[in-house]
Amino acid sequence: MDFVSGLRCRECGRTYPAEALHVCDFCFGPLEVTYDYERVAATISRERIAAGPRTIWRYADLLPVRDAAPVDLGAGFTPLVRADRLAAELGLGELWIKDDTANPTGSFKDRVVSVALTKARQLGFKVAACASTGNLANSVAAHAARAGMDSVVLIPHDLERAKVTMTSVYGGRVFAVEGSYDDVNRLCAELTSEQPEWAFVNVNVRTYYAEGSKTLAFEVAEQLGWQAPDHVVVPIGSGSQLTKVAKGFAELYEVGLLDDEPAVRVSGAQAQGCSPVATAFAEGTDAIRPVKPDTIAKSLAIGNPADGWYALDAIRSSGGSCASVTDDEVLDGIGLLARTEGIFAETAGGVTIATLAKLAAQGVVRSDERVVAMVTGHGLKTVEALTDVVGPTATIAPTLDSFAEAMAAEAATTPRSPR
Amino acid sequence: MINVRVPAQLRTLTGGVGEIPIEGSTVGEVLKGLDAAHSGFAERIFDDGGGLRRFVNVFLDEEDVRFLEGLDTPVTDGQTLSIVPAVAGG
Repeated sequence: MDFVSGLRCRECGRTYPAEALHVCDFCFGPLEVTYDYERVAATISRERIAAGPRTIWRYADLLPVRDAAPVDLGAGFTPLVRADRLAAELGLGELWIKDDTANPTGSFKDRVVSVALTKARQLGFKVAACASTGNLANSVAAHAARAGMDSVVLIPHDLERAKVTMTSVYGGRVFAVEGSYDDVNRLCAELTSEQPEWAFVNVNVRTYYAEGSKTLAFEVAEQLGWQAPDHVVVPIGSGSQLTKVAKGFAELYEVGLLDDEPAVRVSGAQAQGCSPVATAFAEGTDAIRPVKPDTIAKSLAIGNPADGWYALDAIRSSGGSCASVTDDEVLDGIGLLARTEGIFAETAGGVTIATLAKLAAQGVVRSDERVVAMVTGHGLKTVEALTDVVGPTATIAPTLDSFAEAMAAEAATTPRSPR
Repeated sequence: MINVRVPAQLRTLTGGVGEIPIEGSTVGEVLKGLDAAHSGFAERIFDDGGGLRRFVNVFLDEEDVRFLEGLDTPVTDGQTLSIVPAVAGG
């Protein structure tokens, strides 16, 4: 038995039953799951969660579906890593990295897909589908295989090679669309009208899917000893993850899992080549103008972010900020995180770290704050981005002389900090 | 004639039909023509100021009309206009 009371339109407030609905029939506003928090509060406890599985399903009381055997590859409960070396580089105090590269298919998407397909299966869907910039494609294909469902995944044709392979290997159907992600997304939104028997996880099951991102906030709080951080930095693609992270902290207080009302500042990170939310934030407007993306951070390359309004609202109402960084800064961010903390992030993680660095330099993220940065995807997914950036120190013959020569040459050209 | 594609959510207004031919010389005229042919579209598609609601996307032959001239975008016979709810994943 779940604690869902229904669905509600975020725009006009009309209510709907918890079925396979995703937009308001009246105004097209997105539907959001509502819960009976009093009943959740009467049931949930820190002990009950601690006794649960080491996955997102330990928070089932605050998820929109309950199932004795969910569609599950073990998503969630990823490491929260104290990042003192990175903090020192950035002039920060207490900094933590939420390392979501450790998920089964290497990104936070496993959280949302596990929730979406568990609900989709209960609703009777036999086919799992999605529009994806890559990470979601990987996760949908893998979880569908796990659940014995057919899958149909649509991606832009120019995705990173690893993301295409990591989708195709699971044996489902993969369509590379000659267009941008926004074209793929539009096609899938139209397809849902023609193929209503398919569960497009981020279209017609989106209402449930999006709730999975709350588990990032749940885990961070639990891993901090049931305390909320002061500031979180979250990458923005569609804006859904940031919005749900903010909702997650609020819900923990609502149901009594946090003693003090959290005052978490939520800041957003975008790539300059696709920064409609950061632009609106900088201009102080509510109008998010769609853009044509041009960035190496392909997983965030959504030019028309449907949840951008809500992300902007969550940022402003929490006292956070939003900034964007260049592709070169993204690569620097990937290198900085790898060099200081031993975590290899994909380009979206580079966006987060570079934006964190920028906001720290501006004094927006402060050294007296407990800060958490969301690193949401693994670097192996986007190795192309680093092809001309990192490589072997030298290529040598298998002889001691050759090694000594290369070491001497390297020492002469590369100043090293003491180890 | 412009071929207007109607999403599932609005097909209650068209008796279940997904494609409707409508006359008009701009995107705005076609959408108003759609409302004249099947009452109820205007209040769903337009906000109080007469612009497109923010979760309504309209595409003219695959291009978002917000990248063109919005409701003033000229249309020519044989083109397709799609009304699509705004959703985005990643």
